[in-house]
Amino acid sequence: MRPARLVLAALALLATGGCSRVEPWVKPYERENLADPIMSWDRDPISSSYMLHVYESREGARGAAGAAGGGCGCN
Amino acid sequence: MNRMYSFPTALVAAAMVALAWPVLASDATAPAPAFTLTSRAGKPVSLADLKGQVVMINFWASWCGPCRQEFPALDEMYRKYKPMGFEMVAINVESEKADAERFLGATPVSFQILFDPDNKVSGSYGVSAMPTTFLVDRQGRLRWQHRAYKPGDEAAYIEQIRAMLREKS
Amino acid sequence: MQLIRRIALLVLLPFAAVAGVLPDDRADLMYHYYDGGGVTIDGPSLLVRKKFAEKYAVDASYYVDMVSSASIDVITTASPYKEERTQYGVGFEYLRGKVTYTANFSNSSENDYTADTASLAISQDMFGDLTTVSLYFTRGWDDVTRRGDATFAEKVDRRIYGVDVSQIATKKLIVGLSFETITEEGFLNNPYRQVRFVDPDAALGYSYEPERYPGTRTGNALAIRGRWYLPYRAAIEGDYRFYTDTWDILGHTAEVSYTQPIFDEWTFDVHARFYTQNSAEFYSDLYPRENFQNFLARDKELASMTSMTLGFGLAYEFKPGRLEFLDKAALNFRFDRIHFDYDDFRDLRVTGVPPGSEPLYNFDADVIRLFFSGWF
Repeated sequence: MRPARLVLAALALLATGGCSRVEPWVKPYERENLADPIMSWDRDPISSSYMLHVYESREGARGAAGAAGGGCGCN
Repeated sequence: MNRMYSFPTALVAAAMVALAWPVLASDATAPAPAFTLTSRAGKPVSLADLKGQVVMINFWASWCGPCRQEFPALDEMYRKYKPMGFEMVAINVESEKADAERFLGATPVSFQILFDPDNKVSGSYGVSAMPTTFLVDRQGRLRWQHRAYKPGDEAAYIEQIRAMLREKS
Repeated sequence: MQLIRRIALLVLLPFAAVAGVLPDDRADLMYHYYDGGGVTIDGPSLLVRKKFAEKYAVDASYYVDMVSSASIDVITTASPYKEERTQYGVGFEYLRGKVTYTANFSNSSENDYTADTASLAISQDMFGDLTTVSLYFTRGWDDVTRRGDATFAEKVDRRIYGVDVSQIATKKLIVGLSFETITEEGFLNNPYRQVRFVDPDAALGYSYEPERYPGTRTGNALAIRGRWYLPYRAAIEGDYRFYTDTWDILGHTAEVSYTQPIFDEWTFDVHARFYTQNSAEFYSDLYPRENFQNFLARDKELASMTSMTLGFGLAYEFKPGRLEFLDKAALNFRFDRIHFDYDDFRDLRVTGVPPGSEPLYNFDADVIRLFFSGWF
């Protein structure tokens, strides 16, 4: 049941995002550096997913590789 | 999944989707905050200079995809309504001009570009999304705010501009 | 031979979930090459994505591994072979306000292994777009067969749950936290691989028997990462991942990378990665006798090992004159050298020594990626 509780907790966190009006300490117009392509977590998914495959087929550990977010925060 | 979990989960998921609806526009009648910024040509331009016309203030940056996407539509709108008393200023929020100049070289526009490198004007207007477009009426009052841009949003801009153009100074 | 770990194919599902704006339309064509430990694998990889009305996006991928294997396991217990694995994937994204919904499907097949996966993800920007939370769930169904044995047919069932939180900390720093739990059930070992046990009657002093794994495995991974924009235009990133599972494997992964644009068109990056794990609870390089315990494993992937990687990448961005439908294009070359070192897996190509005193095995692998990207 642990995965189900985990999903529930994360969904609850997601729901709060819609109604909160926290003042961001980095304003949308201050995201110049964060929007730079070199600040992207994953510039070339075709290459990073391949390397992930190279490691996961030779090492015991797997998972927790991805991160989304950052960028320009537009729209 | 255990049945005990499926209903609250569904409820939470529905709430999350409903609350994620973006804010499009709001109507206000306070005076638009004053500003004086340097244009691309190096001359100072004040909001007060434009009183008597309907003014669109667009906050943009070259690193912002939707901002770049919006420019051709804004240019078309500007050319069409300028003879009727419509003025537009696009305020660039970047700390340095190089990237903006490069973008404008590739995508020339006919409306004025002003620079707000220390983000004072962005702050006074409470810019909370990129891009943000404000519409100011002939009496200098802030009437409409549009946060974010998706192709097709310009239809709403045009409707509001035309309504304000019909108003007296 | 099932050299390619089944979990690996899940990784080829592109997961792009920046809410607010969908990523740009893009196509990538890559040649990948791996050479290490007697194994050479190369092949093409293609990835195309396109968005519609700034609301929907579709992506499709095609990937082939052409395997030529004379690995240490193959050489000591079988004979070198050639094999091909093909993988297809398709994904759909729907963006509504600050929420992105993603669905991915993929199929991988080789002559003795088929894997299907389906994945759902939801990602939301919140707190002034400074925080992005993503949830994903992946389901996998594998069919395992054995070459030369028509009666052999087994399955693997896989479930993956994961959460990613990405947080903008300052104008120049973004941090991320990821948690993932993976559960697998079914035939988790390799139908060809053998373990060895002490056998005084055998010529080598040891004999082989088939490996036997538990029917389930649950692993948890927790990772933390941070990416920082340096005062001049460059970026540095640090990652750490902790992994633990029900087979008693504990793995630590640490990576640092540095990205440096040079002039306007070139981007150079360099990285170092270190990985260490202890062996699975039932693993042994040499069992004292036949059928020593319930579960037997001699897969070096489950051994006590470390891997160290040093790699670099060079990208050149340009505006292609001939291909007018492309806004921008880039050519990328990436090279990695990985050193694998085993603490309890021995090199059985060395004979004439008492069993269990063969030198510990280690090898180097070269990994090359050459790809062309086009944005349209």
